[in-house]
Amino acid sequence: MSDDDSPRRLRRNLLTAIGGLLLGGCDALSRTEWFPRILRVGEDLSRRVQHAVTARKSMAQEFSERDLSPSFRSNGTANPDDNDYQALARDGFSDWRLRVDGLVEQPMGFSLQQLRSMRSRVQITRHDCVEGWSAIGKWKGVPLGEVLALVRPTVAARFVVFHCADPMDPAGTKYYESIDMEDAYHPQTILAYELNDASLPIGNGAPLRVRIERQLGYKMAKYIMRLQLVDSFAAIGQGRGGYWEDQGYEWYAGI
Amino acid sequence: MLDAESLAAPRPDRAARGYLYHRHALIVRITHWINAIALAILLMSGLNIFNAHPSLSWGRSSYSNRAPIFETGAATAADGRLIGTTRIFNRNFDTTGVLGVSSDGGRQVVKGFPSWITVPSFAWLAMARHWHFFFAWLLVINGCVYLAFSIFSRHLAHDLLPTKLDWRSVGHSIIDHVRFRHPTGVAATRYNVLQKVAYLAVILVLVPLMILTGSAMSPRLDSLQPGWIELLGGRQSARTLHFAVAWTLVLFVLVHVFEVLVSGVWNNLRSMITGRYRIPPDPG
Repeated sequence: MSDDDSPRRLRRNLLTAIGGLLLGGCDALSRTEWFPRILRVGEDLSRRVQHAVTARKSMAQEFSERDLSPSFRSNGTANPDDNDYQALARDGFSDWRLRVDGLVEQPMGFSLQQLRSMRSRVQITRHDCVEGWSAIGKWKGVPLGEVLALVRPTVAARFVVFHCADPMDPAGTKYYESIDMEDAYHPQTILAYELNDASLPIGNGAPLRVRIERQLGYKMAKYIMRLQLVDSFAAIGQGRGGYWEDQGYEWYAGI
Repeated sequence: MLDAESLAAPRPDRAARGYLYHRHALIVRITHWINAIALAILLMSGLNIFNAHPSLSWGRSSYSNRAPIFETGAATAADGRLIGTTRIFNRNFDTTGVLGVSSDGGRQVVKGFPSWITVPSFAWLAMARHWHFFFAWLLVINGCVYLAFSIFSRHLAHDLLPTKLDWRSVGHSIIDHVRFRHPTGVAATRYNVLQKVAYLAVILVLVPLMILTGSAMSPRLDSLQPGWIELLGGRQSARTLHFAVAWTLVLFVLVHVFEVLVSGVWNNLRSMITGRYRIPPDPG
């Protein structure tokens, strides 16, 4: 049967046209304001159902040393293109201070040495990226709850916002993320300063990154400079609670 | 739903003239078409998500000492042309145009699956996830409605569970299918045994497996009972299984559509839209 067998070609062209129309329709719907809002009902339902079926302090799986990935992939920013950060890195972060402020009774600053002297937790966990890959690493850090106990959040505090050193675009927008108090006080939520028994490498967020083991990788901010306790993140960035959230990703990254 | 009364005794005058038989209940028809749309969107948005990391591994993580099972990639030829490559186990294939490298708006671009099979048609992970999770919930809710109806109306017990007689006719049924021989008379009012087994496999095995392997990729659901995803071989195995079962469902749909086409497409389509299926005049 040749190509100019017209009923057959007509049918094929018709099918291609219908397919193209449907695909084009999906693209067009994706670009509207209103349609993605409807689609997001699905992720909202996931958040509700996942919170309903798991306990507030349910633990993510922990692994053994033989499960460690040979090297832990650096993703997103590999080395912040920022003069202040580079100056801190040159001195081994000796001048770096973690500022903790916002809705707290006692705003404080912490040096890396101070954080290292606090109670620590070691955990071998799986890092799940929104892209689909996973890597297993051994993290050591101070539970975020320990730091919060010192600064004493006020009753109005609902979220912890992580302000980071890495610029994400030519305009210099810095990475930021946020979590609720339930995740902030989760035992596996730690401010990690070690990866695989060595100081946290720059590629993985030196000097400090957060681990939030029941959510995807983009929640786990690297290069943390400041923690801010807030009752709303509407006034921060574009108001969606994080750099990637401002690009359309969900604030709740439990799946 | 199959109506047992009209099955038992078609009146002689009806049999001679042919008649319209009520084959599918309204709920079956509605849930069928919702499934069709949801499965199509889930496949296509799923492939867009896959494209963000076009690689499948077995085990707990993607970075172990084992090579991926399946991976698409790109290389540049000596003349500067892009070559799409696909690696399956230890073998590499040139899949330029389809996997690894394909045309998008007239330009050759590096991407796992091509534009025409993804939603959205271009790389947009956040949006593909919105589509995917919305239609995943739609499929789950729709499936629950269908299952509840099928259990309470006895559609499942009457029409889908193979009978002893069915099991004895498996050989026959396989030969009939291979020869594209399909019952047209009263026998067409009942599902044949291969049909029953295929539908039950989709309803009770494949779709539940999709939900299970999909849930196994959620870090929050991981904490339901730490270690439960080990039953699937770990998170990356679950992702690989999710992909494999998805294509098994595609295979089912292809066979299903083929059978619809060769066994009287308009009669079949009408019965899944209006519920009515024409039983032709009895040749005897």
